[in-house]
Amino acid sequence: MTALEAVLLTIITASTPLLLAAIGELVVERSGVLNLGVEGMMVMGAVCGFAGAHITGSAAVGVVAGLGAGVAMSLVFGFLTQTLVTNQVATGLALTLFGLGLSGLIGESFTGLPGVKLTAIHIPGLSDLPFVGPVLFGHDVLVYASIAITVLVAWVLTRTRIGLVIRATGGNHHSAHALGYNVVAVRYACIAFGGACAGLAGAYLALAYTPQWIENMTAGRGWIALALVVFATWAPFRVAVGAYLFGTVWIMGLYVQGIGIGIPAQLLAALPYLVTIAALVLISGNRVLTKMNTPACIGQPFVPDR
Amino acid sequence: MRTLFAALTGLALSLAVGVASGADKLKVGYIYIGPIGDHGWTYQHNEGRLAVEAAFGDKVEVVYVENVPEGPDAERAITRLARDGAGIIFTTSFGYMDPTNRVAKNFPDVKFEHNTGYKRQSDNVSTYNARFYEGRYVIGQIAARMSKSGVAGYIASFPIPEVVRGINSFMLGAQSVNPDFKLKVVWVSTWFDPGKEADAAKVLIGQGADIITQHTDSTAPLQIAAEQGAHAFGQASDMIKFAPDTQLTAIVNNWAPYYVARVQAVMDGTWQSHDVWDGMSAGMVTMAPYTNLPDDVAAVAKETEAKITSGDFHPFTGPIHNQAGEMVIGEGEVLDDGVLLGMNWYVKGIDDKLPQ
Repeated sequence: MTALEAVLLTIITASTPLLLAAIGELVVERSGVLNLGVEGMMVMGAVCGFAGAHITGSAAVGVVAGLGAGVAMSLVFGFLTQTLVTNQVATGLALTLFGLGLSGLIGESFTGLPGVKLTAIHIPGLSDLPFVGPVLFGHDVLVYASIAITVLVAWVLTRTRIGLVIRATGGNHHSAHALGYNVVAVRYACIAFGGACAGLAGAYLALAYTPQWIENMTAGRGWIALALVVFATWAPFRVAVGAYLFGTVWIMGLYVQGIGIGIPAQLLAALPYLVTIAALVLISGNRVLTKMNTPACIGQPFVPDR
Repeated sequence: MRTLFAALTGLALSLAVGVASGADKLKVGYIYIGPIGDHGWTYQHNEGRLAVEAAFGDKVEVVYVENVPEGPDAERAITRLARDGAGIIFTTSFGYMDPTNRVAKNFPDVKFEHNTGYKRQSDNVSTYNARFYEGRYVIGQIAARMSKSGVAGYIASFPIPEVVRGINSFMLGAQSVNPDFKLKVVWVSTWFDPGKEADAAKVLIGQGADIITQHTDSTAPLQIAAEQGAHAFGQASDMIKFAPDTQLTAIVNNWAPYYVARVQAVMDGTWQSHDVWDGMSAGMVTMAPYTNLPDDVAAVAKETEAKITSGDFHPFTGPIHNQAGEMVIGEGEVLDDGVLLGMNWYVKGIDDKLPQ
């Protein structure tokens, strides 16, 4: 393996969980809901993903368990904010704290146990190509899933009727309601989708990134994903660019230090954030487009009049 | 966020302390920075707590609080333990230094033991720390013997004297075997982030390091080393079960004897404020079993360990040069504790610029 290959592979692993969590949250926010509980859903996805894989010995079961845990957590959020109409910001924060605590409790008996690694897909012929093989065709299923989900979300949001309904719900929930769409049901579905993605992101951490369970192993990645969505102005491909840019600058920061050029480590640690924000603000320079993408009803409660 | 955390910490605390009762028992309190499940720093402190329980049984009642953030929350947590009748309280992170001293002034009858700090503002405060750098010298020697590429990767957290001292000691150990040994240092600016630590390990291995060592708290670098066929060392705790074919040894923080002795001192009424910086000789720093290495390497490591333990050898024995090539201390002399405690320079041969 050449050094470049190693760096590219590391960048892809570092970016994938961010992309997965961010793309799910993007759909949630496009439907007009702000779920600050990404970190909590993610960490639950990690612990349940690890537990599922450890108990059954199958990484596939782990992925499904992680996804399920994310959905379950998001439905708690959905019930509170959509059915009981609680404050979304407070509920989201509570979901994060709840997730961190509950995952620690569930994971207590799993700390320090050997994990099951999600194996890479091997495509005969393609995966054996020099350089291109390992970089493009040698990843596990979740890396490809993150790309596929991004493309799918972009397509659904802009090219399909379902996407139109989601955007209408996020843009003006009263109008969507007046047109006969079930705003609460649409939002429930989006919240669940966001939970599924966050759960997958967590499962990726516990099954592929570092195959083990450690308390609080998400270490703030849910918050980075949340920020990516906003700075990418709710556009799917920009989220992908942001996630990969963040991953790239972060890994390059480590790489440069290893070479010993002597750039202060504190600056290198701050760079991913600075570069990603600057780049996304620059590419989101078109104000009309930004305004069009911004869900006007984000965070606002909606109670259907009966 | 912070206030919510504070509220929750407060709640957890009242629950934890609520169950404590019984008048004639000595109440012992612990404040932990992380979860016991970190399998590193806090895990080892908790092992010490368990040793206290095992040693004194019914005569003590031990209470602990996990995940206490450094700062105002810490002060609240410590006050709570003191008010609830704790006779001695161990606060186990550097950032608890000022909170511990403030609370101690208000509770003159309670004994306070602060880990890794240096402030003792009233005579009911003690400080204690371990000479982890002694272990680093041993693993440096092993690294230089085991490395085929002659390059080791060091995952560092923050550029504070504690960490710099560890890097220097490791390098001096390695140079005693191979004067041309190369060390790549990567600062990850965190004590605990398994993902980032894993990334750093991957990058270092990609750049040719075949030995990985760390001054961060998770087991992730060890596992990456295992995955990629490198060797590595455990940190703070014996991490062999995470990488049975990869860990060469580990520097183990062994607080148990100290905790038992200090609790005993309170019971006997002989407790006094002091500043302890013990290492291998007192058993505060121990090495995990030497595994996955040839007998002759293990023999050398054991010999060095024995010499440091007996006091025949000090890792910072001259001649030592800094990066600029200036001699810091001459042949046969030993750096004193003051220099060690304030260490903010690299020894010669380290291929990195120290972030200031």
